Amino acid sequence: MTPQHTLHIVTGKGGTGKTTIAGALACALATSGRRVLVCEVEGRNGISELFGVAPLTGREERRISRTPAGGMVFGLSIDAEDALIEYLDTFYHLSIAGKALDRFGAIDFATSIAPGLRDVLLTGKVYEAVRRRIKNRPNSYDAVVLDAPPTGRIAQFLNVHAAVAGLAKVGPIRNQADSIMRLLRSATTAVHFVTLLEDMPVTETEEAVAALRPTQIRIGTVVENMVTPTPLNHDQLQTAATGSVALKVPGLTIKQNHALAVEFAIEAARTLQEQQRHDRLTALGLPLAQIALDPEGIDESAIFTIAEQLTDQMSLEAA
Amino acid sequence: MTAALESQPHAALPVPFLDVDKIIGDRETKIIICCGSGGVGKTTTSAAIAVRAAEAGRKVVVLTIDPARRLAQSLGVGELDNTPRPVTTIDTGAGGSLDAMMLDMKGTFDEVVMAHSTPEKAAAILQNQFYVALSSEFSGTQEYMAMEKLGQLHSEAEAHGTWDLIVVDTPPARSALDFLDAPEHLSSLLDGRFLRLLLHPARGPMRFMTAGFSMISAVMTKILGAQIIRDVQTFVRAFEALFGGFRQRATATFELLSSRHSTFLVVATPQHDALREAAYFVDRLTEEGMPLSGMVINRVHTSALAISPERALSLAEDLAGGSAVLEVEALHRHANLMRVMQTESRMMDRFASARPTVAQTQVQSLPTDVTDLAALRRVGALLSDKD
Repeated sequence: MTPQHTLHIVTGKGGTGKTTIAGALACALATSGRRVLVCEVEGRNGISELFGVAPLTGREERRISRTPAGGMVFGLSIDAEDALIEYLDTFYHLSIAGKALDRFGAIDFATSIAPGLRDVLLTGKVYEAVRRRIKNRPNSYDAVVLDAPPTGRIAQFLNVHAAVAGLAKVGPIRNQADSIMRLLRSATTAVHFVTLLEDMPVTETEEAVAALRPTQIRIGTVVENMVTPTPLNHDQLQTAATGSVALKVPGLTIKQNHALAVEFAIEAARTLQEQQRHDRLTALGLPLAQIALDPEGIDESAIFTIAEQLTDQMSLEAA
Repeated sequence: MTAALESQPHAALPVPFLDVDKIIGDRETKIIICCGSGGVGKTTTSAAIAVRAAEAGRKVVVLTIDPARRLAQSLGVGELDNTPRPVTTIDTGAGGSLDAMMLDMKGTFDEVVMAHSTPEKAAAILQNQFYVALSSEFSGTQEYMAMEKLGQLHSEAEAHGTWDLIVVDTPPARSALDFLDAPEHLSSLLDGRFLRLLLHPARGPMRFMTAGFSMISAVMTKILGAQIIRDVQTFVRAFEALFGGFRQRATATFELLSSRHSTFLVVATPQHDALREAAYFVDRLTEEGMPLSGMVINRVHTSALAISPERALSLAEDLAGGSAVLEVEALHRHANLMRVMQTESRMMDRFASARPTVAQTQVQSLPTDVTDLAALRRVGALLSDKD
């Protein structure tokens, strides 16, 4: 049996539904009695919007959902400056210095200008949340889901080693980066990719997978989002895509049947293209999952529907 | 007019139409900025507007900040680099022209350094470890350099008449605020209090501040390491002379963007997330008094068949189990499409009712990816079409 993943990192190109999948994955993991934390790092209030709750602010870890299976999902919006102040407090008992630093603009300076430091602070907070369970600290979680930066930036974001290399060869930041890297590379961490079956997001997924491989961070599942399943086979789709098929729906006029055939030809052609992109993703040799397009849009009940699909297709190894 | 509106409280207000051709045709429009969240088709919209403007007789340069290098493909120019490259495949019959370029963040920063300092100082800056990191990784640099490049293109356009319209595809900013804040953020960071204290601790305004500062400086050294602080100090000393210029140009570009010669288009798709980001942009641009023309809504689904999803599903049910498999699937797909359309119009109505004065144009969802000039022309035509 595969080891239980306690840290799930979710990435995807803008517009692919990365945050929705991260939220749904957290729900899928929150089976009976389990506590799951979902974190965001881009300050967009994406998680709170998704669950229809008030924005997550400061350092609060607030319950945002009770799952139908009886688990609990908590949300956290990680801010680099807060993380630095917390870091100073934890390691140096310098909460006052933190505030003074803030006054001088030093926090802004350190988090914006020291390259990679911001990412180390953000992943550092995730590290702390994951470690609570191992260390038997209060407020621990059975699993942590990170709604990570988009695919274009994910390898750089997770490669905290490279981020501080040349910056800090020794010292606390370096040690912190080393610890984070160990967690990211451990068997209990997985990075999942969310994509649409369109050319650009698939290309970006291929590129990001290639960029992530040298980091030795495990890649989990590639989630094909907003897919329209079809009972038709390849030949039937190809026939439909030509647009030359005369559809004969009783009750529709000739004109309506013709309009339906034209529309269906476009749909069939799109499905054929999607299947080609599915083949490209298959070639990556990674586990794939498909989430059906919800024509009604996304609300809380839709998140649970997606969560069920994820549970069925991903090995979520819930305790 | 108010009375007429009041007499029909439930009628949906007509959304004003965003007339792209009018914007392109107005010679006073010199800069068009397309903004919006990632994945909404911003680059495609920018390229389509640029092609349409050029073929209508404008001398256009399109500046993109897209790491996927897809614009180059669709415009038929090989690699885009930091210099504008002519797109020769367009129709120049109306006397227009089109150049395309992609922002090279580090290249632009290097150019600025070289153009505004002595060769020795420039060499010292370019080699500084800290500069290397700042110019390639700092999160605000991309936005800042886009502004810098825009300023350069505008000066060149004014001086030599090379172009009369600049179309800008903005960075896929993580938050809507980044784009407007970037110049201010970087310049305030570079000549901020912390750096000044770092350079000249003795000149601190008050003695106790200086004392506080040495404690802080010690903490920073502890966290970041002494090497970084030394690199920063060397960098800032060499860079000091450039600070004033940076701020000045950032302010000039900001003023240019607020003027009547510029206009902003917010790009979105009819999805909840994208419209929420678009709302941020619209509100922020309005608050800042920036000239906003309106919204481009991409990938709007349409159907020529006015059959409701319920009716389509009931027709499919009648045929189920028989030999009409294509008919059944076609009806299912149509029902799905109609539901998607209903969801999309609900989202767009909600947006429009909260911001009724924002003009809109819709571009229908295309069956294939936009990867060539013909497809860009088609997008341009859809953009300008009132339906």
